[in-house]
Amino acid sequence: MPTRPEKVYYFGTCLIDLCYPQAGMAGIELLRHAGIQVIYPQQQSCCGQPAYNSGFPEEARRVARQQLKAFAKDYPIIVPSGSCGGMLKHHYPKLFADEPEATVAKRFSDRVFELSEFLVRVLDVKLEDRGQPIKVTWHSSCSALREMRVIEYSKSLVRQLKNVEMIELQRERECCGFGGSFSVKQADLSSAMVADKVADIEQTGAALLLSGDCGCLMNIGGALEHRKIPIPVKHVAEFILERAHG
Amino acid sequence: MANPVTVDFPRNFTKALNDGQLRRNLRAAMDTLGLRRRNLFSDPEAFEQLRARGDAIRRRALNKLPQLLEQLERTCTENGIQVHWAETPDEASRICLAIIQRHNATRVIKGKSMVSEEMHLNHFLEGHGIEALETDLGEYIIQLDHETPSHIIVPAIHKNRDQIARLFHEKIPNTPYTEVVEELNAIARQVLREKFFAGEVGVSGVNFAVAETGTLCLVENEGNGRMCTTAPPVHIAVMGLEKVVERLEDVPPLLRLLTGSATGQLITTYFNMITSPRKPDEKDGPKEVHLVLLDNGRTQIWADPELRQTLKCIRCGTCLNHCPVYTRLGGHAYGYVYPGPIGSILTPQLEGLENAGAMATASTFCGACEEVCPVKIPIVDILRRLRVEAYNKADSPHAVKGHGYKVNAAENLTWKGWALSNATPWVNALNARLLGLLGPQLSKLPAPDIVKKWTQSRALPPFASKSLHVLAKEKGIGDE
Repeated sequence: MPTRPEKVYYFGTCLIDLCYPQAGMAGIELLRHAGIQVIYPQQQSCCGQPAYNSGFPEEARRVARQQLKAFAKDYPIIVPSGSCGGMLKHHYPKLFADEPEATVAKRFSDRVFELSEFLVRVLDVKLEDRGQPIKVTWHSSCSALREMRVIEYSKSLVRQLKNVEMIELQRERECCGFGGSFSVKQADLSSAMVADKVADIEQTGAALLLSGDCGCLMNIGGALEHRKIPIPVKHVAEFILERAHG
Repeated sequence: MANPVTVDFPRNFTKALNDGQLRRNLRAAMDTLGLRRRNLFSDPEAFEQLRARGDAIRRRALNKLPQLLEQLERTCTENGIQVHWAETPDEASRICLAIIQRHNATRVIKGKSMVSEEMHLNHFLEGHGIEALETDLGEYIIQLDHETPSHIIVPAIHKNRDQIARLFHEKIPNTPYTEVVEELNAIARQVLREKFFAGEVGVSGVNFAVAETGTLCLVENEGNGRMCTTAPPVHIAVMGLEKVVERLEDVPPLLRLLTGSATGQLITTYFNMITSPRKPDEKDGPKEVHLVLLDNGRTQIWADPELRQTLKCIRCGTCLNHCPVYTRLGGHAYGYVYPGPIGSILTPQLEGLENAGAMATASTFCGACEEVCPVKIPIVDILRRLRVEAYNKADSPHAVKGHGYKVNAAENLTWKGWALSNATPWVNALNARLLGLLGPQLSKLPAPDIVKKWTQSRALPPFASKSLHVLAKEKGIGDE
């Protein structure tokens, strides 16, 4: 891990950009509360994962090149998502392995950190809970769990909040069935998976579902809403910002 | 039963997903197998070390595959085992048939073998008037019900006790109905005992073949494998040609990984090492042992360094047990011999993308399979590669059979448009604004197919009126 920097880049992710900008802003605010100057390159867009995972590596590279350009300086790149973080950190080197940008891509990847890991391991943030007692449950995205391996950091942030009781899911390690294009290409399978996830969430009795990935939240939140189950979903950054600085 | 030319994946998947009994049976069984595995490999560090060894052994074997196969042929031949090479499943079946017919045999007893499933051997032999009886309990159960294995290790796992009780009662003459497991076992044992003594040729699979010593290793729990390989006068072992390992000392770590991953066992009840037919001074064992080595496209897979890793597989089936897709479908929905994550990377390569390419789309890339794979097969990377090949018409010598089958103008255009937007900041900003404006209206517009599929079980995503780009700018977040 790097030592505490003065400035960091923030990669907002396209999904947060379009659908969950308040979650994105919360990540920025948490970094600023920790005394870090945040740079949000306006030239940024998507990590390229949708095309990369759908069989279109050329198109993925074209979009990825835009990010290499937008995040050219030597600052750490903070990402409020395990999935997009995983793409930037673990797949860019493969995507550019045979390209002129191979070295640049490798250096870029070395600078990528998932938000909660960065808050805990580099900035060592201490949170004081100002909120009312609440029961929450936690969904681990597969990429945060297996690729970025940051779940313990995300959860440790939530555990710092003394009025928050976190009840774990019975099948926390099981995928929610989002999988990007999988959700529409294999709609029945995806629906069956998210239905089981929703049932697991319901049985916890939690009033709120937290996660570090908005793709999963869009899937699970959409399924909860579709079934009219009154359990809202929230990105962990937004939740801890409200509790500690709200 | 031969595979249909095309498998109707959507229909199969929907049918399996709506089968509550199947879903409950699978879930319970997979949870049990997963728990047993976790209990055995309870020390993550020790497991990582062990699987690093397994990976290294398998990689070394594959890197030397041509030499090791020649060496295996030599050592087996020296040991008196007759070695046969088959390029296609049909060729392998014909080799088996010729051996069986040479002995005027009509009754074959079989131990569990996935390669024999790949050959559709039972069906082939039946067509030539030869009865091939499965003697593995799970295989016996599904053979009674005219089914194929739904799992590569536990082939009847889709059935529960009640279903098996009814099946025995209906299909085995003079069998009273019982749900008592011990009684069901006794019924099968009684039927199979008689068949073992009547079997004229025994057919088995091979878990590992040791090039150094010419030894065929067979892992099993019931003793039926040992009966098939020792009771009849002729034993035919069928094996995918990737199953060779270099040295005898390679076997113990692989065996530990195999049994631990498959069923959470430290070792199986039986572990057979077959190194020759009966010798003149020996009282038992077959007089002839044959080894049939099947290629069936493996050489083509082997030629590509990335795809080659598919061949590291030791067929433990743990990727199936841990797969959120397999645990909801079972093996039959996949329509081919090998289901689950390993099936989804192997089958499209064996059968061609145009036939089985859809299997590569039945994954969220959750990575649960890779996490438990005892030989570290990069399953997700290979699935992704298959998705690329599906749209790749380029004529490379390593291209997967059926490559480019999915090429179509509509998808090409969609991704080109997506790339243009995401590589051009002003277009991207415009799109974000449009979606923000249109977002609340989207549900009122006629929905394209992709939206319908999303909303069959989910509300639409909440498009924001102001994107993060806009919010960040308004809040004065630096842009450099």
